[in-house]
Amino acid sequence: MTDSYAPSRETTEGRVYNLSGGDWDQVLAGHTVGEERMVLNMGPQHPSTHGVLRLVLELEGETVTDARVVIGYLHTGIEKNTEYRTWTQGVTFLTRADYLSPFFNETAYCLGVERLLGVEIPERAKLIRILMMEINRLSSHWVWLATGGMELGALTAMTNGFRARERCLDIFELVTGLRMNHAYVRPGGVAQDLPAGADEKIREWVKEMRQELHGVDKLLTGQTIWVNRLKDVGWIGVEGCIALGITGPILRAAGLPWDLRKTQPYLGYETFDFEVPTDDRGDCWSRYVVRVAEMWESLKIVEQVLDRLEPGPTMIDDPKIAWPAKLSLGPDGMGNSLEHVQHIMATSMESLIHHFKLVTEGFRVPPGQTYQAIESPRGELGAHVVSDGGTRPYRVHFREPSFINLQGTATMSIGGMVADVIASVASIDPVMGGCDR
Amino acid sequence: MGTPPERPVPDDASPDQSASEIERSTVDSSRSATEPDAARLARTGPAADEATFGVERHGMFGPMGSGDTSGYSGLVRPPWTAPAAERPYGSYFDDVVDALTVAYPGTSEAITRVVVDRGELTLHVAREHLIGVMTALRNDESLRFELCSSVSGVDYLGTTNRLHAVYHMTSMTYRRRIRVEVAVTVEDPHIPSITALYPTADWQERETYDMFGIVFDGHPALTRILMPDDWDGFPQRKDYPLGGVPVQYKGATIPPPDERRYYK
Repeated sequence: MTDSYAPSRETTEGRVYNLSGGDWDQVLAGHTVGEERMVLNMGPQHPSTHGVLRLVLELEGETVTDARVVIGYLHTGIEKNTEYRTWTQGVTFLTRADYLSPFFNETAYCLGVERLLGVEIPERAKLIRILMMEINRLSSHWVWLATGGMELGALTAMTNGFRARERCLDIFELVTGLRMNHAYVRPGGVAQDLPAGADEKIREWVKEMRQELHGVDKLLTGQTIWVNRLKDVGWIGVEGCIALGITGPILRAAGLPWDLRKTQPYLGYETFDFEVPTDDRGDCWSRYVVRVAEMWESLKIVEQVLDRLEPGPTMIDDPKIAWPAKLSLGPDGMGNSLEHVQHIMATSMESLIHHFKLVTEGFRVPPGQTYQAIESPRGELGAHVVSDGGTRPYRVHFREPSFINLQGTATMSIGGMVADVIASVASIDPVMGGCDR
Repeated sequence: MGTPPERPVPDDASPDQSASEIERSTVDSSRSATEPDAARLARTGPAADEATFGVERHGMFGPMGSGDTSGYSGLVRPPWTAPAAERPYGSYFDDVVDALTVAYPGTSEAITRVVVDRGELTLHVAREHLIGVMTALRNDESLRFELCSSVSGVDYLGTTNRLHAVYHMTSMTYRRRIRVEVAVTVEDPHIPSITALYPTADWQERETYDMFGIVFDGHPALTRILMPDDWDGFPQRKDYPLGGVPVQYKGATIPPPDERRYYK
């Protein structure tokens, strides 16, 4: 019996195999590169890479000598798809890009469309947008804490983080009817007003969040393993951040208080009283400190919004843009209210025409282009919106902070230990849905 | 509605003009508001200029006075040209252009067109001058555009230089934003890479190459980033179909989204 991989011969001691083939010649001849060089593939299906991120690490023993990032596994063509829908339907696609911060995607896009239209939205709609975005900032940071903790082995951080995030999703469900992918912010305002009892529920939620945040302090901030895993790991300074385009908590953790809510305010953020937390270490620990401090600040903004909310319209008073129907909850889910259907079918021909034209045709946006940037939980989220004067967007491009910030992976990882790559990537907080769009 | 508030109504708008004509004349004040569409088309040609794209349209429900009652607006589509701005540009835009002229000697040839629209400044730059302009924007003390926020592309199908690379620059020192645009043809889609100046452009230029086929000369590794490595074509170009299959719904066949009839 012959085996081409391991030819054998019979001897007096029994059968002897000769191993050959493969790269054994090179192995036996000695190394040309480092003593313990290894190329390690991590992902795209890996519990520590935040979704479908793929890392190709070159290691020398446990030390990372090169790190390459491979993305694109979650590319779904969202930007291309918006070019084949109406301006209002575009929201439904873009909310799914960065699925952990849907309200930010929707708002950035809608601010762009509104600037192209040259319209101003009602005050209450602005406040509700800020309210939902700040609640969303908490829910996004909770997921960062939960997944980041899990990747470093802190499973209680994971369970506590997701528990707190569930409470945020409950508020989303209360207001929009959905826990994710809301399409709640629309060009001209928001889809519907806050439901009855939202004020008390959100105030109750703020109290709960304060408790949860105290819990984070008790569980993690003084915890030796947590501190040692994060301190002096994944360093990047202000110069590196700006050169690589990194914004958001990573830039603020390096020491620059750059927050678009303060530096280039939109929606009236300049009238709110809140701090921009910074730190000066520029490592994973600083990012932890800054993000947790940001959650406290967001709660302050939420309370101020609740104090300021006055009754009023939540959609622009322009029948050529505003969705005409009030939505209401029927036996088969959210839909046009019965009163509206009766109104257009029985009493008002003009309302029927408006409804028909808006729903089938959509509105037209004067030609031109605009770039609208807002501060998302991950940094500058920019919407480049181009119109050719038609009922569909000509081009929508998102400047996604996940996409840009991931370029810092190599800088943070090279020269460190392989286990610290996990901490670095977790501290970037990339969301692949947004990164790949 | 639909007219952004910044646009001034020209003084020569005669009182007997209809509202829609005044509205139209505010978009392109260099043009006589009473000139018929057909005469203007004959003079400029439809969408021949690189800065011309899209359709001039006002009002929300289709064109007015065109005779097109189909609702799909397919009959009359006068092209729209982004109006070139004239001094003073307003806001900080004059300062930026002045400082750039001092910092980069070739600015007068470099900038082919200045557009101020919706409170945003766009500099259309010739590609040979892109590196010079970007270097000045980044290094000059009175400009200081440290952050290259975004690099992306737009395909203006039907124009001569249809592929545009669009750079959104942010000055963190002065809290200013400007837009720089470079236009190239599909036959010669080469633009110098700015990765040496702004490392953040690395992935963004790769994405723009991936989606539009714009080749950034001097980029360290210009490969596809979002699409698979062996993909054919450039998906975000306007002549690249969206794809999809017809679906059946209650006996009727619904074509894929990019083949459906829609309102222009």
